[in-house]
Amino acid sequence: MRRVWRSLFAITLGACLVSAVYGQTDVQTDDPAPLVEAAGAESEIQPGPVPEPAPEQPGLDALLLQLTEASLGEAAALIPRLEEQGGREVLPLFSAMLANELVFDPETRLLYVRTEAANAMSVRDVFSGEPAAETLNIDSLQRIRLNNRLRVLLRDGIARISLFEGTDRQREAAALNMLSDLNESNLALLREALADEEDGSVRAMIEVGIAMNLLVMQTTQEQRIQAVEVLRGRLENPVRNLLASLQDPSGRNEQDPLVLEAIDEALESIQTRIKFFRFVEELFYGLSLGSVLLLAAIGLAVTFGVMGVINMAHGEMLMLGAYTTYVVQMLMPNFINYSLWVAIPAAFMVAALVGMLIQRFVIRYLNGRPLETLLATFGISLILQQLVRTIFSPLNRLVVSPDWMSGTWQINPVLSFTNNRLYILIFSLMVFFALLMILKKTSLGLQVRAVSQNRNMAKAMGIRTDWVDAMTFGLGSGIAGIAGVALSQLTNVGPNLGQAYIIDSFMVVVFGGVGNLFGTLVGAFTLGISTKFLEPVTGAVLAKIITLVFIILFIQFRPKGLFPQKGRAAE
Amino acid sequence: MSMSPFSMPVSWPKLSRSSPPKPDVSHNVILYIEDLSVSFDGFKALNNLSLYINDGELRCLIGANGAGKTTLMDVITGKTRCDSGQVWFGQTIDLLKHDEAAIARLGIGRKFQKPTVFEALTVFENLELSLRSAKGVWSTLFARIDGEQRDLIDQVLQTIGLTHERLRPAGVLSHGQKQWLEIGMLLVSQPRVMLIDEPVAGMTAQETEHTAELLTSLAGERTVIVVEHDMEFVRSIARTVTVLHQGSVLAEGTMDQIQSNPDVIQVYLGETP
Amino acid sequence: MKRSLSSLLNTWAEVRRGGNTITVFVAVLFILTVLASFSNLMLPVDSAFHVSTYTITLLGKYLCYAMLALAVDVIWGYCGILSLGHGAFFALGGYAMGMYLMRQIGDRGVYGNAGLPDFMVFLNWDSLPWFWLGMDQFWFAMLMVMVVPGLLAFVFGWLAFRSRVTGVYLSIMTQALTYALMLAFFRNEMGFGGNNGMTDFKELLGFSLSADTTRVSLFMITALLLGIAFVCSQLIMKSRLGRVIVAVRDSEARARFLGYRTENYKVWLFVYSALIAAIAGALYVPQVGIINPGEFSPINSIEVVVWVAVGGRGTLYGAAVGAILVSYAKTRFTALVPESWIFMLGALFVIVTIFLPKGLAGLIRGKAGSEDPGSDPGASDSRGSHRSGATPAESRS
Repeated sequence: MRRVWRSLFAITLGACLVSAVYGQTDVQTDDPAPLVEAAGAESEIQPGPVPEPAPEQPGLDALLLQLTEASLGEAAALIPRLEEQGGREVLPLFSAMLANELVFDPETRLLYVRTEAANAMSVRDVFSGEPAAETLNIDSLQRIRLNNRLRVLLRDGIARISLFEGTDRQREAAALNMLSDLNESNLALLREALADEEDGSVRAMIEVGIAMNLLVMQTTQEQRIQAVEVLRGRLENPVRNLLASLQDPSGRNEQDPLVLEAIDEALESIQTRIKFFRFVEELFYGLSLGSVLLLAAIGLAVTFGVMGVINMAHGEMLMLGAYTTYVVQMLMPNFINYSLWVAIPAAFMVAALVGMLIQRFVIRYLNGRPLETLLATFGISLILQQLVRTIFSPLNRLVVSPDWMSGTWQINPVLSFTNNRLYILIFSLMVFFALLMILKKTSLGLQVRAVSQNRNMAKAMGIRTDWVDAMTFGLGSGIAGIAGVALSQLTNVGPNLGQAYIIDSFMVVVFGGVGNLFGTLVGAFTLGISTKFLEPVTGAVLAKIITLVFIILFIQFRPKGLFPQKGRAAE
Repeated sequence: MSMSPFSMPVSWPKLSRSSPPKPDVSHNVILYIEDLSVSFDGFKALNNLSLYINDGELRCLIGANGAGKTTLMDVITGKTRCDSGQVWFGQTIDLLKHDEAAIARLGIGRKFQKPTVFEALTVFENLELSLRSAKGVWSTLFARIDGEQRDLIDQVLQTIGLTHERLRPAGVLSHGQKQWLEIGMLLVSQPRVMLIDEPVAGMTAQETEHTAELLTSLAGERTVIVVEHDMEFVRSIARTVTVLHQGSVLAEGTMDQIQSNPDVIQVYLGETP
Repeated sequence: MKRSLSSLLNTWAEVRRGGNTITVFVAVLFILTVLASFSNLMLPVDSAFHVSTYTITLLGKYLCYAMLALAVDVIWGYCGILSLGHGAFFALGGYAMGMYLMRQIGDRGVYGNAGLPDFMVFLNWDSLPWFWLGMDQFWFAMLMVMVVPGLLAFVFGWLAFRSRVTGVYLSIMTQALTYALMLAFFRNEMGFGGNNGMTDFKELLGFSLSADTTRVSLFMITALLLGIAFVCSQLIMKSRLGRVIVAVRDSEARARFLGYRTENYKVWLFVYSALIAAIAGALYVPQVGIINPGEFSPINSIEVVVWVAVGGRGTLYGAAVGAILVSYAKTRFTALVPESWIFMLGALFVIVTIFLPKGLAGLIRGKAGSEDPGSDPGASDSRGSHRSGATPAESRS
């Protein structure tokens, strides 16, 4: 009995370790995650070190006070002065004003940002982004009025500030923004910026803008060909649009055949690059699906590989893990960002416990009768599903993604990775290697391997095979529980969540070769990637059918999977 | 078990009329096994093994566990694919090109180490299924047992001492009885070559003696290859003994020759070379 | 009284010894069918013995289920192949019948298009796809009821059994098969009505499907075909073929070493079983009036397995009894407390596999001590080792 608890402790510890390491990587990957977003779209979050609302600049405060009282015409005059005085600091102000979110309190004449998202209104300080004091009367807030002239001024102001005074990324984004509406004033700004610019990628972006302008201007053939050279391989949308419109015979404004030829070439190089990045993106989605399959399948690989019984309730262990995440979030509504760290060990424990109960009370009595085990565990899966339906309702539950899980990692204009998928991919690999370590390095792992290779001999050696079975089941189910946590971040959490995965998981295990964890890894990613590459061609449903048929056929030719166990023991 | 339940038949029924292609034994050799190698995950179960079995011979294979005796039988009967080498049945039939069922139909029968009988079927039905007759799906659907076949089964039932158990399910038989039933199934199928893996394990002295008599009486008309650990038993039946060691033939000859063979002594008495 | 009872028991024992349980079962089936049909058609509605048309249809449905259960029992109980995809053959048979009934609607559909079924008009198709050709002919449709599922079973079985896929692998493969078919039939582009399937049937061979006489006839035909399927299966299982099948179940390798090409036997039986399931499906559709892709869903197939497990595998009649009992329970309980049924079904799976491995038939049989070859699947090895202590002297007495 003591050994069991010790092993259980080891497993839990392993799970906690996994989550701890996971946490670390999160910090590492989160840090470089760039936020290339149009400076104008950002409203509340002030990037970089937040400067104090600058009481030491009375000039700015006075201007702000004037802004609350100004007419539209007066405001137009105020904006350049604000820009001059505040510089980078007024960016959030301008952005909020441009988005028509800038309000002021008629009593105190203080400015706020009022945003409305998902039926909730939030009022924040313009500069610090802090929520406004509770005492503020929200209903009395007045909006700062806006007209088209002001919008143009604001936009230019934002562009200028970002281009000259922003961080590297802001400057690059500002230049990128200008590409889509190149005009005289923009170009002048770009040229001016180029003179002092030191950052390579910002320079390149500015040069693109200038080259685009050159192309449409009445310049010499040589200049235009050079301009096309600059645009070669650029992935920005405006570049592609411009080149395409120049090439288009109906609306063509480029007549010179040599320039046209250069444009053709440039477009082709752009298309090649886009194709490559699209490929990378599909690969990423394939890997992402593979990681989900891996998470779902490795637990099954453990129980099926070791005990030779298929647990049809395995999918429901995923579901329990997902619901555990939901419950954890309900219990700590104010700490959603940290809820996953609690949910991972909790889901492991819940699923492992249920798995061990199933093993002790059902599967143990069906030893050596795999088909009956299959039926009995199917019955259990029905019961668990119905139980969840009764407790939580048959409707899908919403599991909130923590902030750090949402968002994307924009590599370039055509390639971006969503953070949640990226993290889950990393997470699945970590779980996989953690499991590998448990099986290779712990005494439980040794016993598990002994039992899977020769049950009777293991028994003769004094290994308590029944307890090893229970622990194996706990481990496999617990991993499924963790997989459920990951799944809750990708799909809807409902009672049928697990059903979709049981056949797929089994396919992965069979495809990879039973009793071979690396086979499961390869199998999961192969199936994930092939499905994602099939989908654009055939549609999702047909892709699934083709994959299933492929595996059915594959099993005909390699009944023992990709990496079969050989030898007399395998007979 | 005081009274012997067995009675020996005077003579064995001749090979039945409906026979599949016969092996060409013009050179008096019925099984050619040449350079056979099988490995499992790097472990060489058979290592360039060559062996020739004469028609009508009674050959004993001995050797320690893991010497490759059972693997050899597995290859001959089509259960295991070999990595390299050849197995010929007579001059003309390449056994490596056939599957288990085809090899069985050619007339190579086998008794397993662990008795495997059809537990839910009666003793009689077990023997009936072993009869040498058409074994296609449709022919079994309309198959009727004829008088001659019934006589054969009755005779075999007597030989194996299970006449009174004929209508009982094979699953309720004792271990020894299952051994006998399996031998009976082999007899009913009238094979040209019989491969018999450890026939006397779990048998009483009397039963062992009976088995020895049975096997010797079968030789001549049929070729019998016996794998056995019981040296007394081997001595009592063997004319030629082949010793396997680590997947190849270590020695071959009469029992006396084998016992005085220095290689065998070295391997068996554990004197390190 | 006592004498007549004992003579009755003797007769029963006689019947059982001769393996004639099926004869009795089929006789009971026919008598009940005729009685129910008679009371529906001949007795006035207010008679205490009147059987409503609703009940007749319900009974007909149960008999279709019994037939499907029989199909699963043949393959699982006797040959040890646990198919979790027999619902696919049932549904394919049903779809073939559904296509015929759909074409019989003619121009009485919502869109009044004589050449195209409603759902095709709705999807803006301008002509019948090739696989619908000929389905307006009854004989051809009935041929397809057999050919399509039979062919699928043959191809699948040939591939699977030839490469010696067995046990849980095979079970999951069959489940994947029916799952893939379900996904496929949900697609509108397949041309089988997509999500909604086919319904609103009007008549079969010119007889209105809503008429009492048609309903009773369908019920009687179902009973007749079920009876025939029983007798055929019984004959097969009593032949040497049946013994080979049981041999394959108990020790496939041994059967191979006796010269039997076991894969051929398995394919043959798999196709036979699929055909029974397909016919059951074809009879089911006109009685319930609808066929949709839900019939392919894996849970349907696995429910069939539970019917067989409850009734008792390897007994033929047990499968039918199990199907009828469980279906009846489902009808009753889903009407009373809908949520509880799933709990009960789940519990049934667990209880039957752990406590009643031989099903209800095993309970009855356990007392009778019969030794039917089909009665002891799966647990055979444990039995063998349990009783291996029996001495020869004992066994001979």
